[in-house]
Order: sequence, then structure tokens, then C-alpha cells
Amino acid sequence: MQCLPAFAARSCESMSGFGTLLYKELLRFWKVAFQTIAAPVLTTLLYLLIFSHVMQGQERVYGAVPYTTFLVPGLVMMAVLQNAFANSSSSLIQSKITGNVIFVLLPPLSYWDFFAAYVLASVVRGMVVGVGVLLVSLGFVDLPFEHPLWIIAFAVCGSGVLGTLGLIAGIWAEKFDQIAAFQSFVIMPLTFLSGVFYSIHSLPGFWQGLSRFNPFFYMIDGFRYGFFGASDINPALSLVIAAASLLALTAFTLALLRRGYKLRH
Amino acid sequence: MTPAIKIQQVHKRFRAVQALSGIDLEVASGEFFGLLGPNGAGKTTLINILAGLTRADSGSVRVMGYDVIAQYRDSRRALGVVPQELVFDPFFSVRETLRIQSGYFGLKKNDAWIDEVMHHLDLTGKADANMRSLSGGMKRRVLVAQALVHKPPVIVLDEPTAGVDVELRQGLWEFVRGLNRDGHTIVLTTHYLDEAEALCARIAMLKQGRVVALDTTSNLVNRLDSLHLKLRTSGATLPPGLMARVRDSHDGVHTLRLRSFAEIEGVLAEVRQAGAKIEELELLQPDLEDVFLQIMNVERGGGKADECSASPPSPRVLANR
Repeated sequence: MQCLPAFAARSCESMSGFGTLLYKELLRFWKVAFQTIAAPVLTTLLYLLIFSHVMQGQERVYGAVPYTTFLVPGLVMMAVLQNAFANSSSSLIQSKITGNVIFVLLPPLSYWDFFAAYVLASVVRGMVVGVGVLLVSLGFVDLPFEHPLWIIAFAVCGSGVLGTLGLIAGIWAEKFDQIAAFQSFVIMPLTFLSGVFYSIHSLPGFWQGLSRFNPFFYMIDGFRYGFFGASDINPALSLVIAAASLLALTAFTLALLRRGYKLRH
Repeated sequence: MTPAIKIQQVHKRFRAVQALSGIDLEVASGEFFGLLGPNGAGKTTLINILAGLTRADSGSVRVMGYDVIAQYRDSRRALGVVPQELVFDPFFSVRETLRIQSGYFGLKKNDAWIDEVMHHLDLTGKADANMRSLSGGMKRRVLVAQALVHKPPVIVLDEPTAGVDVELRQGLWEFVRGLNRDGHTIVLTTHYLDEAEALCARIAMLKQGRVVALDTTSNLVNRLDSLHLKLRTSGATLPPGLMARVRDSHDGVHTLRLRSFAEIEGVLAEVRQAGAKIEELELLQPDLEDVFLQIMNVERGGGKADECSASPPSPRVLANR
């Protein structure tokens, strides 16, 4: 980027600091792509094979969609969300434990630079894994793409939410086990109980009601709408809820970073 | 002229531990400044506050005139820190590490300088090696290079030679001396007092979060009005009149404490009168270690219990606290 002199110099420099941190975060997972991309694609594929086998003959969803086809967008979104979380959380906790987090704390990076680079890298990681899962799944099922823009909007929003949650977990945790606990006790239940494997209309009333308090449900439901043009909830409402979650978490994380919570003692 | 570092009334408490209690320090631009003190004295805390890694509870800290909180971007740009811990990012090579660090400071086309720094630190041959494959000494050099990528006017080295072999240590000091000659302000913490004495023009000694001595290195050393006279005698034991001066005595080698050169004659005459023969004689000037131990001892309450130092507290040091 060509820098303008004087007044623009600072923002230009900030762009570059941010750009470098983003580049470093992308390079980090790219260098271990076998573990960060190939492995989750394989895991999700196993889910698809097992569930589609077990649930064969299950009644159709939304009237006409075979179960296996219904399952694929849910699995794709699950992979997007989990990997977005894994990226920022594991990157930050590794840096904190090995001590090299000081390399990003010593330079003149702003809170925004720090936040945006980690979250954006998580979004990219989530998207790359999501696309990988989707491409492999297309070998097994025929999938409609009714509203591609909704697909992208929910994928971006969802991975942004999870990337931000990962950043919060990474800032808060002091040990790997704490990240694992966050993942097992917060992320996994919210994901599994969000309608990845089923339409919430198949649930008893109480569980249906409870699902509506889970923001992950709206992300997955809206994402699925992009494929089938049908969903449990109006996708516009789902997008508003997902975006509001992202905004709230962003504000919270920026406040943590500004305070230097657990990063600058 | 703006001081390179200005620290005013800095306090910092970590739960039950008062790490810093009212530190005041000023380091002039171009100085080679030493920060000494035992473990837990607060040196690293002070450096971390300077670098924005830790926040002071109260007080103000400025680097090249920039407040480390309110003007953190400018202050961090002015500062290069070589951390004490041997940290590295295992994902990257040496060159990648330096390019990335440079980018964080907003410097994109910095390869010429990166090459120069690598050359000076003998890293060129390892430029494309992964950080994991480097020896401890090499990793230490990369940390120094990382602190220099943005050409900061102020460079802080936090015990950079801990666990480093003698050859690298010498090389590193030569390099840092060169940086100082080129106008960089250097702040150094070290456990090797001989090095602080050789390198630093001015020294602050920290103890339990307070500055207990702050002066030029030569003034600090001259504060000790004692000389040590090392004698190996034969024929007779030392006369009782000299026993008060004995600092150390074993295998017929006695180290005596003198107040000044003028006392040498009298001491030697007493030894001869007692019938002892002087086989060997050596006159030792006090060094920074003596000063350090003495000051730390005074702070401990002047106890003679510490067998490393039997020097009595000097009234002048007390007066300067």
C-alpha cells in the first residue's frame, strides 16, 4: 500500500501492523494445514458417513429434503464454527504459554489491530475448513444452493462470533486445559444442541423453547436456509441475532483488551 | 534535551507483594545505563512497565518523552526490548520472525536493515532455519535482532547474557557497545557485575522495589574507601594489631582491608616487626561487586552474617540512600 505522508502516516502504519499480524496468523495455521484443515475435514466427513448410515430411511425434513442432504449444511457450519474457535484460542494460548505473546504486545499495535487480526484469521480458517467439508460432501450428496449470499453472510457472522469467543478464551485461559474445558463445556454443548443434526421442530416443546436461547441455533438455521430456502426461523431474524451476538462479543473483547486483562498485568 | 527514559514515583503491587515502591529514575539520551539488584528487586517489573507489558498502579513513565500508556504507540516505537526469557515462535524461520516483527512496527520494506542486523549478529547462515532448530545462544541473538528491527533509539536488555557462553557474551557486548556509540540509549540488567562495571557509565541498584543507589559507576566504586591488601607470609603469624583488618585468611594468605594507600607502609612495617616474612603481595582495588554486596548488606540491616562480604557499611553510602 502506498502511504500518504503526514496525516495518513499513522493509519497507514496501523494498517500494516494489523496486516502483518493477520498474515502471521494465517501463516501459522497454513504451515500446519494437515492438522488445522485436513484433520477437521476428515472428522466432519466421518460424522456424515456415520450419521447418514444410521439415519437412513429417516423421514424427510422440510417436507422434501432427505436427511443426509439436510445434515450436510449443519456439519459444514459446525466445522466452520469449531475451527474458527480453535484458531484464535489455540494461537493465543500457545503464545501465552511459550511466552512469545510479547512479540505482539511490544509493538505499537492497537486493541483494534489485535482484535481484528485474530478474529479475521479465525474467520478465514473457518471458511477454508467449511469449503473443504462442503467440497468433499458434494461427492456424496446433491445439495441445492438457493441463496448463496445468505450462506456467506451466516458463515462470516458465525465464524466471527466463534473467532471472538476463541479470543476471549485465549485471553482468559492460563493453561491448555482451560481452553479444553471452555471447548467441552461451552462450545460443544452449544453446537451440538443447536440443530446441527436435526430440525428443532422434531424436538419436544421444552427443548424447542430452550434452543431458541442458543445463538448457535440461529447461525446454523440461517446458514441452512441459504441452501434449502427453508428454515425453522426467519433468516433475517437469525442474521440480526447472529450479528448482535458478534457486536456484543466484540465490544466485550475490546474492553478486555483495552484493560489489558490477563495480557498486560 | 528530552531524557530517553523518565520514571516518576512508580508504584506496583502484585497482590501481597509490593514489587515497586516509588521509583524515580531518569536516563539521558545516549547513556549506557545499568539496572542492578538481586532477584525479586523489581528490575523486570520496571522494564515491563517501560515496555507496556505491565501497568503501574501509580506514577508516570515516559520513553523519549512519550507516556507509555497515553502515547503507547510512540513510546513503543522508541523502545526495543530484549526479554529475559528465551522465547521464540516455533512456526517461523529467523528471517520470517524478523520480517514479521518489523511489520508489526509498520515497516514493510525493511529487508536491507534486517540483513544488516543478521550480519552483525552472525545470523546470516541461519536466516532460513526454523527457530526450533537453533541453539540457545542463536535464539538469544534472534531476540536481540527482533528488538532492533525498528531501529529504536532506546534499547533495553533484560539479563541478555544469562546462560550464554563466554564467546557469545563478548560478541554481544561488543555489538551493544557499538549500538551505544551510534547513539542508542542502552539500559541493561545483568547479574554479572563485572560486565555492568565494564559497560555501564551509570548504575541504579534496586532492592525490594526501591532505588538504593544511583550514581556513575566510577563514583559507586570509589564510594568504598577500602583497598584490599593480599599478603602471603611465612615465619610468624600476623601481629594482633592487624587482626581487625583481616577480611579473609587461609593457607597463609591474608586479605587485609585498608582505608587508603597511605596505610600500606604502616601495615607492612607491623608485619615485619612481628618477624613474619612477606612472600607475596597484591593490592586489590574495590570493584562493583564489593559495592553491590555492601549496599545490599546495608539494606539488610548491615549484618555481617553474609560471608561473601565482611565489609562494614560505609557511612557515605548510607548518606546517599
